[in-house]
Amino acid sequence: MAKVTIDGVEIEVPDGTTILNAARSAGGDIVPPAMCYYSKLEGSGGKCRTCLVKVTQGSTNDPRPMPKLVPSCRTNVMDGMVVENITSPQVLEARKGVVEFLLINHPLDCPICDQAGECDLQNLGFKHGAVNTRFEEERRTYEKIDIGDKIKLHMDRCILCYRCTFVADQVAEGGRCHGVINRGDHAEISTYIEKAIDSDFSGNMIDVCPVGALTDKTARFGSRVWFTKPMDAHRDCDHPKCSGKVVVWEKGDEILRVTGRKDQYNEVESFICNTCRFEKKKTSDWVIEGPRHIDRKSVVSLNHYEHLKDIKEDILKYQKQISENLNKG
Amino acid sequence: MGRKILLEHENVPGIETLEVYRKMGGYRAAEKAIKSMAPDDVTEEVKKAGLRGRGGAGFPAGMKWSFIDKKSDKPRYLVCNADESEPGTFKDRYLMEKIPHALVEGMIVSSYALGAKTSYIYIRGEYFYVLRILEKAIAEAYEAGLLGKNIFGTDYSLDLYVQIGGGAYICGEETALLESLEGKRGNPRMKPPFPAISGLYASPTVVNNVETIAAVPHIVNMSGDEYAKIGIERSTGTKLISASGHINKPGVYEIELGLPVEEFIYSDEYCGGIKDGRKLKAMIAGGSSVPILPAHLITKTANGDARLMTYESLSDGGFASGTMLGSGGFIIMDETACIVRHTWTLARFYHHESCGQCSPCREGTGWMEKVLHRIEHGHGTMKDIDLLVDISKKIEGNTICPLGDAAAWPVASAIRHFREEFEYHVLNPEKIKDPKHFEKEPFVSSVTQNA
Amino acid sequence: MSEIAFSAEAMEVVKKIIKRYPEGRQKSALLPVLHVAQAEFDGWLSPEVMDYVASILEIKPIEVYEVASFYTMYNLQPVGKCLLEVCQTGPCMLNGADDLVAYLENKLNIKVGETTTDGMFTLKTVECLGSCGTAPMLQCGADYHENLTNEKADALIEKLRTDNKRSRYC
Ligand SMILES: Cc1cc2nc3c(=O)[nH]c(=O)nc-3n(C[C@H](O)[C@H](O)[C@H](O)COP(=O)(O)O)c2cc1C
Ligand code: SF4
Ligand code: SF4
Ligand code: FES
Ligand code: FES
Repeated sequence: MAKVTIDGVEIEVPDGTTILNAARSAGGDIVPPAMCYYSKLEGSGGKCRTCLVKVTQGSTNDPRPMPKLVPSCRTNVMDGMVVENITSPQVLEARKGVVEFLLINHPLDCPICDQAGECDLQNLGFKHGAVNTRFEEERRTYEKIDIGDKIKLHMDRCILCYRCTFVADQVAEGGRCHGVINRGDHAEISTYIEKAIDSDFSGNMIDVCPVGALTDKTARFGSRVWFTKPMDAHRDCDHPKCSGKVVVWEKGDEILRVTGRKDQYNEVESFICNTCRFEKKKTSDWVIEGPRHIDRKSVVSLNHYEHLKDIKEDILKYQKQISENLNKG
Repeated sequence: MGRKILLEHENVPGIETLEVYRKMGGYRAAEKAIKSMAPDDVTEEVKKAGLRGRGGAGFPAGMKWSFIDKKSDKPRYLVCNADESEPGTFKDRYLMEKIPHALVEGMIVSSYALGAKTSYIYIRGEYFYVLRILEKAIAEAYEAGLLGKNIFGTDYSLDLYVQIGGGAYICGEETALLESLEGKRGNPRMKPPFPAISGLYASPTVVNNVETIAAVPHIVNMSGDEYAKIGIERSTGTKLISASGHINKPGVYEIELGLPVEEFIYSDEYCGGIKDGRKLKAMIAGGSSVPILPAHLITKTANGDARLMTYESLSDGGFASGTMLGSGGFIIMDETACIVRHTWTLARFYHHESCGQCSPCREGTGWMEKVLHRIEHGHGTMKDIDLLVDISKKIEGNTICPLGDAAAWPVASAIRHFREEFEYHVLNPEKIKDPKHFEKEPFVSSVTQNA
Repeated sequence: MSEIAFSAEAMEVVKKIIKRYPEGRQKSALLPVLHVAQAEFDGWLSPEVMDYVASILEIKPIEVYEVASFYTMYNLQPVGKCLLEVCQTGPCMLNGADDLVAYLENKLNIKVGETTTDGMFTLKTVECLGSCGTAPMLQCGADYHENLTNEKADALIEKLRTDNKRSRYC
């Protein structure tokens, strides 16, 4: 076991635990935000840099501080380690930078995005971002594409967390046929030549996607997530690897979409098969257990819809500014 | 004349062949090491020599070798980093092209020291013609029994292969290089684990630069202690410097570490002074990634000491007034050079070369390039200059691999030392005239006019 | 399109490359084999060619696309017979790379990134090729052309036209 102190909170965890998971085991504000790490996907993490923390004391044996901020999702605790997350101005500054980087090429379409309300990036932006963007250049844009008949890719929104590629490698059967092509800020998620992603578990890519880049084409959204009622439900799924435990998003008698059950860190409790996700759209397909309790601090749970209005106003202001500038020549 | 070790025989006709190389004393070190030294003794000599990595980071080679996991039952690998893509650097190419056996012998001696039975040289894709030269040298060595089974009749056997890259600066970063050698995208790995524990094919691996490896046979021949007598302080031995830019004699020079920068720039033995007798304006001493220095900090440090070509002296003053020896890519700019344009080309380079894995580098490098492009083309604002500094700060130290730092430093240092020139671009857009290409009349900034 | 297959010689080369790596690590051969493929099949990698390489190395096609699109030397679109790659990074810029690019654009009557109408030349700008001491320079196939002047560039273009051979790295 190792004892680690994060923002003054002392936690004891088994050796080999990451700083992030140590923080999660205690919960609360000391938990760094994570956009790319996913505990159920091996090799994930390290890329987005939102979870950077400061290690002010390496361990009891070697108390030297670490020279740079470290990704808490990929750094193991040591006995006697002292970590600063939200108590470090340096961390907050770096995190603000990361949020800004993630947003500069992200479209300003939250009000029309079907992930709005359950988007990790949106939540992150509220909590850690700067209000105004300083990015005056043209944003990257991509065409929306269908990858298979059930999943749509809006590459504009992708933050290249690589989670969906890990799902394809580790969860979906039949091997990966999409991946990351090109490099640098031209990198994109793609099948390269249009190919359907065809696997019983491919739908889980939608659930792990932290933003609205991968969406369920079979979902019937007329309304935004917060007008639908998420209900825990299950069915006796005959797929051996599918738990059959889901959340159905109801509106009246209709099931608008089916997703995995997500915990407070927005990770699914278990992966579900495509039949459950895409084909079972009648209330009679499911045994409804009761309303889904969402305790994560999201836009949905915090009734933060008000902020969305602000964002929308910001966008309108921004658009107006652009068109004025354009008119000025 | 400074002492030459690596390039002592550079002008001997036929030195690229095994025959002539051997005639000049080649492969004596390999024979000595394999026949009469224990592997750890070789490592010990390299430690004593104080040889530091010549690829850029300057990490002591002997110490790196001693980290290799000896308990692992997996094969060990030595991988030579011949990716050489740092702008301003072309010394590995010169050495491999001129004296390919120097690297082959270095690989044999170093592989022996590390207990590697298979070793690879990873060379950048654009150097295809150098690959052919190396392959020829390797074939000669196999034929002569210097590679393959039972070298020099001992029970030490080694296979050596050259791997070609596909065009990506990031593959010079050692873990990206290993990924690439495994046939993948050149995405750097997260450390730890370090290659010495889990490198190529998850086996213990050492990655060293061409020049580092080529120095090893000389250390074995002359002994580590003798080698350590060359140079000064912790900068021992000789270093290959690639000199380019506005100088009379661009090229690759071997120097004894400790040579005054002033002598290197102005002496006829080396750069031969500034082109066309113009004035020195700026220097990048160690490849494009290291901070640029203005004229008054080049030949003297901030304290007024003579600046020397050593790891320590070049970095004297930290980032405020110093730079780094890096890969030894020595770029000189005279008074006609436009720092803004030069900085923009470097920002474009890092933007182009970012692997895109982590967000600060992926997004930040592109952002910096776009802002610099605007300033260079007469559409910048004063706020943009501070924005650049801020972006660079938010990249630096926050990325997976040091490419983020490498992208941040040139921009931050150019603004630190040449802010006026950026401001001049902002304030005088009409003089910039949106040049699609560099104008015939070189841009002369207020900074140079006042100098 | 006829069936894609390496010539017997190319196949020999590929087999030799694969032997350099331990059992089960044949994916390591991907970068060198893609070079061979590009040289074999008209200087670029079509999806069909990449699928073929994937089948030889027993890996998934996406693994090939991911890699081929990461590295700059693999052309994913057809290019002219001779690909002129002019270095434009700092040290070359200091010594007239921009002028060289402008001169070539003018001479060939194309912009960077374009191919001449006769399909003979594609002009591309690239980043540092490790030839900064002999700037300005360009690479065409495996050959480095250094210390270029307008006259040398003229002579080079003339020679490439007369030779009328596809440029290749290997
Ligand atoms: C972005 C980047 C590019 C690099 N390029 C090279 C290179 O081209 N050649 C090289 O030898 N080292 C390069 N390095 C340094 C290597 O990661 C590594 O430190 C070096 O190969 C170790 O060898 P040495 O200790 O002998 O210098 C690069 C590092 C980074 C971060
Ligand atoms: S599509 Fe979603 S899951 Fe996949 S890399 Fe992009 S953001 Fe991550
Ligand atoms: S710093 Fe840049 S090059 Fe290095 S891993 Fe991150 S994105 Fe890739
Ligand atoms: S969650 Fe740790 S780097 Fe992305
Ligand atoms: S900058 Fe052009 S070859 Fe190095």
